[in-house]
Formats: sequence, C-alpha cells, structure tokens
Amino acid sequence: MRFEQPKTVNDAVSLLADADGLTRVLAGGTDVLVQLRLGMVEPDLVVDIKAIPGMRDITEENGGFTIGAAVSGAELGEHAKLVAAYPGVVEGMELVGSTQVQGRATLTGNLCNASPAADSVPAMIAADAIATIAGPDGPREVPVADIAIGPGKTSLKKGEIITSFHLPARPANASDAYLRFIPRTEMDIAVASAAVNLTLKEGKVVAAKIVLGAVAPTAVTVPAAADAIIGTALDDASLDAMAKACEAACNPITDKRGTIEFRTKTAGTLAKRAAKIAFARAGGKS
Amino acid sequence: MSKLHVTTTINGDSREFLCEPEDTLLDALRNTLGLTGAKEGCATGDCGACSVTVNGRLVCSCLMLAAEAEGQEIDTIEGMADHDKLHPLQKHFLEGAALQCGICTPGFLVAAKALLDKNPDPTETEIRYHLAGNLCRCTGYDKIIRAVQNAAAEMRGA
Repeated sequence: MRFEQPKTVNDAVSLLADADGLTRVLAGGTDVLVQLRLGMVEPDLVVDIKAIPGMRDITEENGGFTIGAAVSGAELGEHAKLVAAYPGVVEGMELVGSTQVQGRATLTGNLCNASPAADSVPAMIAADAIATIAGPDGPREVPVADIAIGPGKTSLKKGEIITSFHLPARPANASDAYLRFIPRTEMDIAVASAAVNLTLKEGKVVAAKIVLGAVAPTAVTVPAAADAIIGTALDDASLDAMAKACEAACNPITDKRGTIEFRTKTAGTLAKRAAKIAFARAGGKS
Repeated sequence: MSKLHVTTTINGDSREFLCEPEDTLLDALRNTLGLTGAKEGCATGDCGACSVTVNGRLVCSCLMLAAEAEGQEIDTIEGMADHDKLHPLQKHFLEGAALQCGICTPGFLVAAKALLDKNPDPTETEIRYHLAGNLCRCTGYDKIIRAVQNAAAEMRGA
C-alpha cells in the first residue's frame, strides 16, 4: 500500500486517476481504517486529502455554508451559526459513533461509505445540499441525493473526489430535524430514520422535504409525504397522511436489527416526530 | 516499499519515527515509540482503549494511520501526570477504585481529560454520553463517572 498526502486537489485527482488497482480516499478514516484492518479492502493507494487547503474549513457563502470534505463531526457541532441554521444536518452527523469517532469522521465519508443507514445523509438530502466534485474532467456539482446509488456504491467516477458540500441560504422561518431509532441510547446503527426540512409562512408549512434512512438501499426522498403537510400547521390528520406516505415509500430488509414491518412503521412515526421538531424550530406554534 | 518518515510532537516533545504505510498511529506509539499506555481493544473504534488527542481533539489511535501524524501534536496518557504528580483524574480513579483490570483506564483518562478541558463542570449525563465510546467490562461505569465528577470538582477548586 502506498500513502500519499497531496497538497492540492489537482494532485489528489491525478494520483487517483492514474492509479492502477484499488484506491481509497482518506478523510476521517473511521470507515476506511476499519475496512483496512479487517482485511475487507486492500488498497494499493490511499490518498489523504487533509493537507489540501480548504478541506477543513466551514465558510459562509451566498448566505449558506460551504463545508470542506475533511471537516469532522465535532467541528460541525462547534460551529454555532451552522448549528442554528441547520440543526437537523448537525444532529444527524453527531449521531455517528462516539466522541472519538466524531473527532475524525466526516459528512463526506459517511456519504461515500454509502451505508443505507448513514445518519448524516437523510438530513443533507432534505437540506438540498450540493456536493462539489473534482475529477479528471474538471469540477462538477451534484445533489447529495445522487451520490449514493446502492449499499457501498456511489456515482463517483475513477479519479473523482468530493471536495465540499454547500448548504443553501435559509429563508426566514425554516429549520430541520433528524431522528433515528436504535435499540439503545448511543453508539449504534439506525434501524430506521427520518429527516424533515420545513419552511413556514404565517404559521403554515409552505415548503417541505422528507427523507427516510435505513428503509431502502439508499436514502429515500418522499415527495408525497411533503405534499401531505404543505399548507398545514401540522394538524394530526395531515401528520397521519404524511406517515402513511412515508410507509408507502419504504422498501426495507429484515435483518438482526429490525423487520420490514417494524422499519416501515417506525419510519413513519419518526417522520411525524421530526416534523414536529422542525416545525417548532422554524418558529411554528401548534 | 520503503518506510515513511514521520516527524511529530508527542506530549510536547518533538519525535521522529519510521512506519509502514498501513501502520496505525497506535502501532507506532506502542511498537515503535514504546508508549504502551494506549491499548488495542477492538481495533475498530468501538472501545476507546486507544484514545489519544491529536491537536487537542480526542480520537481513536487505531483509526488513524501513523503517517497522518506528520506535523501533528499528539498527547497520550504518558503525558498526563506532571512527573511524579498525578493528574486529578488519575488520583480520583485510584482513590475511587474506578478500575479493576485497568486495560480501559488510559483511554478513559484521556477521554475524560478531553471533556474537562472543554467543559469543567459537566452533568452526569454529559459525562456518560462523552464516555460512551469507552468500554469497561469490569466496573459497571458508576465508579468511573464518580471519579470524573470528583476530579472535575477538585479542578474547579470546589
């Protein structure tokens, strides 16, 4: 195995594009190192992107936030303005692993590891986050929803790396929330999860995005669930309709952590609860 | 493949070492540098026995490549006591019998210090969540939590 720590994005891309054999990009390493140690992957080249300027920065841009690919979960949680604007995105990331893992783990790694249960991904999709990708054919911007295409699989091409995410500017009275179910209180993998991003006007929902995790091969956006609550102040009937729409969008598996039936029901329930939290955070009164 | 040369700062001292590309920081600390306080429990980032700080940030040294330590400031359990004078956390772990076999103890101490450096007066809940990535299979945690609370109180001058 060869280890490289390039100082520029172009060098990182060249190294990855020109490499023969298996490559891995190293940001926080909390998945890559585990896979390495367990012998699940034996890369010929590991490219550490943390020495590239900007990779560890959170910058305010066009009213929104640009988050470098190597920013850790702990750094996200310490950025007061980002937490205020996107509490759901931050709480999703902060559910990943322990304090130790938070010291290194990144949004990028969580996304590119492409686990169906990745905790930071549903809220990123609900927030309409855009990934900036560098590659041999130049940079491109892609919605986060289009990165993971199946368990352990991404749409990134050879030589491509995510360099940053952009969270768009927030209108007034908008917020988000993320909830997951695990059988214990900490340090576990989601059995089902839901992220809700809402914008309110005059006490009613005018825009909504609802994304479920761990109930399909990738995170699932549920437009019908959003439609069920747009124009409402989250009365019980609308929330019930939203939960039903969520259940209809689930396509989970049964495994040791949960059955198809349990995951489906739980996803709807979590979406209801997350919607209420996002609504309150956005200044709504129920 | 030739070995990689790494220059780093460990517990305030400039250190250099050679490592293989696939060596973890924990491998380098224990096998090359002779700093055997950090332990390998699970090697997958679940148990926290290998906890160290990198630039003040708590991490699992089993989940970091040794080569990544280039230019970084690493602090380990070996740097916690001030020569013969134990850190208040170490003292209260001993006085409160917050350890039995001791394998997890260096990780708990490093993790607890990282908490108290940022939050000198944590609640019990905050302590328990902060230490959720440190596993102890002997004590049942209560004595560890009390020791951290007592050390925090002493450090605040309470």
